[in-house]
Amino acid sequence: MQLGVFSVGDVTPDPTTGRTPTQHERIKALMAIGKKAEEVGFDVFALGEHHDHPFVPSALTTMHAYLAAQTERLVFSTSIAHITTNDPVHIAEQYAMLQHLSDGRVDLMFGRGNTGPVYPWFGKDIRDGIQLAIENYDLLHRLWRTDVVNWQGKFRTPLQGFTSTPRPLDGVPPFVWHGSIRSPEIAEQAAYYGNGFFHNNIFWPSSHVRRMVGFYRQRWEEYGHGPADTAVVGLGGQVFVRPNSQDAVREFRPYFDVAPVYGHGPSLEEYMRETPLTVGSPQQVIERTLSFREVVGDYQRQMFLLDHAGLPLTTVLEQMDLLGEHVLPVLREEFAKGRPAHVPDAPTHASLLARKEAEGLPERPAHESRAALTHDEDEEVSA
Amino acid sequence: MTRRIVVVSGGLSETSATRRLADALGEATLAALRERGVAAEVTTLDLRPRAHDITNAMLTGFAGTSLQGDLDAVLAADGVVAASPVYSGSYTGLFKGFVDLLGQAAFDGTPVLLAATAGTARHSLALEHAMRPLFSYLRALTVPTGVFAASEDWGGDGEAAGALASRVERAARELADLVAARDPKQVVDEFDAAPSFTQLLGDLRRG
Repeated sequence: MQLGVFSVGDVTPDPTTGRTPTQHERIKALMAIGKKAEEVGFDVFALGEHHDHPFVPSALTTMHAYLAAQTERLVFSTSIAHITTNDPVHIAEQYAMLQHLSDGRVDLMFGRGNTGPVYPWFGKDIRDGIQLAIENYDLLHRLWRTDVVNWQGKFRTPLQGFTSTPRPLDGVPPFVWHGSIRSPEIAEQAAYYGNGFFHNNIFWPSSHVRRMVGFYRQRWEEYGHGPADTAVVGLGGQVFVRPNSQDAVREFRPYFDVAPVYGHGPSLEEYMRETPLTVGSPQQVIERTLSFREVVGDYQRQMFLLDHAGLPLTTVLEQMDLLGEHVLPVLREEFAKGRPAHVPDAPTHASLLARKEAEGLPERPAHESRAALTHDEDEEVSA
Repeated sequence: MTRRIVVVSGGLSETSATRRLADALGEATLAALRERGVAAEVTTLDLRPRAHDITNAMLTGFAGTSLQGDLDAVLAADGVVAASPVYSGSYTGLFKGFVDLLGQAAFDGTPVLLAATAGTARHSLALEHAMRPLFSYLRALTVPTGVFAASEDWGGDGEAAGALASRVERAARELADLVAARDPKQVVDEFDAAPSFTQLLGDLRRG
């Protein structure tokens, strides 16, 4: 089980003091959280791409490269990176570069991400969201696996004899997760490629999360990647922890009550009942997080949102100390219990490289997608 | 197959006039369906106790478990009785909030009987200039007779009460005719309806 921290990098006033951090302070705080993640024993740190107010993480590879240079073990991911409004050629090169500089400590979670107004800033239209996600990832998949690419699609200029640079480290592309809250099409996409599926989980009742993950697992099996329980699943979750649960509730409530994402709506207690939000003691966090397995089965990656809604950096770092000492070791031990031997761990660069060497084959190619998106030989064949 | 009639009552007070009218329409619809040999059951949703859940769902983007069950009931309905009190010349904000959460496709082709209540008869056109356009936009199959009841319709005077009863009966017959004439509603599961990846790529190619 990989345990991680994910952040959207919102710049939000602290409701208890009224003070808003500067963008510079928030960016530096995110880097402090990333370094702390390794120090206290998390496996993964992920930043979510945003280009709109009030968020700061617009240049993920720069931020993750900064952290990669100052850490040894931590894996960097995205929560999420936009597969819709970024040029797949740009993604291929940026993240392959990050992969080299971090010695393979990078993977990606992709999503559509943006709100309507953001798409035009990058020359796109939100009504094309699903199609952009399909076409752009299909091209990215090829760019990382084929040295010389000839390609033509709907949304960007054609490529002729193009080679993205640098080539992936050891010829092994970064592992990719596809994230979606509610679109079956994206779960379908993840299953088709044999990629991971990430459900952000934090804003939704578990009945919905169960259906999305169940659909992905079923399609994974139908596409021939193995039994449904071998599919690669990640979940989000949000916690606020203090040694004593009453203290946690008392301290977090003013942040919850006016938080941009859920303030002025349901009470903290209602929200905890309906979603995975856990505000309480380390033991409560452990029990709640372990219960996610009952919803989606044995899964591979659990990410925690810790630093939003205006919580000050010192408070966030205290959370991380508590989680590192009291929660992470227990979660690792408990998630391992009863887990069938054939359920894989989350792929890493080392495991993907080992698989490649063992099989002597490239990763599962997407023949159909390649055929459908090129105007090469098969225009009539599959029409 | 038993048809499902859902009665949505947007009354804001306990034991409201809107609920009384909604109940009468639900019962009359059941009776009219029975006459046509169609088995049916009625579910009544009072919006007042759901007010907080409706607001929460607007703010958080998802409906809590209990409210989601109510929304699902409407989505699966073969026929709907939609009743609201008239406030400021139109349905209440609470009523519209509930309708908004249902989404644009909820009433597509669904027979809907419109009803409203108010303190005076001067509000009676709210049915035609507010309720009916809303449900036309949602592509509902609204029955021709809308039922409006003002305070005087509930009065002891036998003539007025009798007039309301006959309007209720006529509207219920119209709803029953539409429900009986249609196949039972099939709710499409979004996961079953999801396109395969090959289709997704194929669409791109045609685009």
